[in-house]
Amino acid sequence: MAVVWPKKECSLADLAEGTRGRVVKVLADGFWRQRLLDLGFTTGAAVEVVKTGPMGDPVAYRLRGTIIALRKREAALIRVEC
Amino acid sequence: MGFHCRSRGNCTIQMPISPVGRPCRQLHQPAITIALAGNPNTGKSTVFNALTGLRQHTGNWAGKTVGLCHGSFDYKGHKFIVVDLPGTYSLRPISPEEELARDFLFSGQAEVTVVVVDATSLEHTLPLALQVMELTEKVVLCVNLVDEARKRGLAIDADTLSRELGIPVVATAARRGEGLAELQETIYEVATGKRKIKPYVVRYDREIESLAEKIIPFVPGSQENRSKARWQALRLLEGERGIYTDRDLEEFSQRFGGERTQEFSERMVCQVYKVAEYLTRKAIKKVRQVSFERDRWLDNILTSKWAGFPIMLLLLGAVFWITLIGANYPSEILAQLFSSLEEKLINLSQSWDLPDWFQGLAIQGVYRTTVWVVSVMLPPMAIFFPLFTFLEDLGYLPRVAFNLDGLFKLAGTHGKQALTMSMGFGCNAAGVIACRIIDSPRERLIAIITNVSIPEL
Repeated sequence: MAVVWPKKECSLADLAEGTRGRVVKVLADGFWRQRLLDLGFTTGAAVEVVKTGPMGDPVAYRLRGTIIALRKREAALIRVEC
Repeated sequence: MGFHCRSRGNCTIQMPISPVGRPCRQLHQPAITIALAGNPNTGKSTVFNALTGLRQHTGNWAGKTVGLCHGSFDYKGHKFIVVDLPGTYSLRPISPEEELARDFLFSGQAEVTVVVVDATSLEHTLPLALQVMELTEKVVLCVNLVDEARKRGLAIDADTLSRELGIPVVATAARRGEGLAELQETIYEVATGKRKIKPYVVRYDREIESLAEKIIPFVPGSQENRSKARWQALRLLEGERGIYTDRDLEEFSQRFGGERTQEFSERMVCQVYKVAEYLTRKAIKKVRQVSFERDRWLDNILTSKWAGFPIMLLLLGAVFWITLIGANYPSEILAQLFSSLEEKLINLSQSWDLPDWFQGLAIQGVYRTTVWVVSVMLPPMAIFFPLFTFLEDLGYLPRVAFNLDGLFKLAGTHGKQALTMSMGFGCNAAGVIACRIIDSPRERLIAIITNVSIPEL
């Protein structure tokens, strides 16, 4: 019998600097859903939190080799495995 | 949708834009239309400018409010009309510009489509190319910014990429003119049929493919162009409306897709990215170990809580200071030069016995005002914009937007407005044009209107 560890999920906005996660789902609708999917935040994509801005917002993420900055309210729409 | 150029003789150029007042030259063969597509910031405009030089026009396409820029070049006896489509992340439009790009490609007016991708972020920019290959067969991939990639120690294997994709791949560094001759030759070969193409088409999972198969026979034109019909069927499954299909077909496909359109859409995007991932791994080789740590360390300082803002104020302040002080000297020289010229003009007009009112109008009026404007405005702009471009080439400007976004968000706008406002210090018109980099229409409007409050240096 295989033991399956439950995967912990959180939102991308909750990840601390220097940590990584894998995208599970994008919760948005309409414009932001399409934009985030088109940028590459698809299920299974590896994201790394690179740097938080000097005012706490936005945050720079590394996705598929490129750095993308997202505001907290947009990052909160992305569920990741942490 | 298209207009025929009324010329003498038998030349018919099918133009997407009304060729008002444009004379048509007598050609050996009719002109060939090329569409130029690509993500924003891939250097597409540079490629366009390099191909067409100064022979460009902007026009409206079939009633849309977004303008389309088109230009032309001649090659081996053929005239090529290049249409610069707006930068788009994918063929699922979320803005009028993206819709225009998709509609133009769908209309089939372009005989060849050149998709420009960024060599430094291939995985991000390839998906659009893969989507375009789903829609049309004659595609050429232009991998731009290879000079940037080289700086980062990356090498692009264009031959492998070409083999995997089944389409010609040209590596270019449009800024330096590298690869452009090869690009023109490739476009020519593909357009005239001298080069055979068999584009790779992304295959989705069994469920999506079988559903698409059920819809395809009902799509108008599926007998003539099956791949285009398949593209339409897939978009209908994703829940896209209004792409040249009638309501009956939409309702019919609702039966298959229905509630699951979002799920299908996600699966399709996922699959396209998987392919892009695979291709990037095969085509990009790390040739040199470029110091990654140094860039990281620099970024940490430039965007840090304590040093970020002071450094930014210092750098921008330095730019302003150099502009203000540096511009004084050339301004004076120009003013002296022009005023001595003015004296000569006055002497000339007197020796020709020109009436006083004419002298007043032409010399003290038109001439003097013009040279005042030139001697006051030209030196600061000639100093400010090169300095600003230097900062941009260093890659510093996105860090400025990144630092300031928090503040701008409090004001209800976007961090990129910091950049457009900075450009406004050089010239408000340039600042307003720069506002195109802001995505949200509301934030863009605010940036445009508030740019007025920025004084020109």
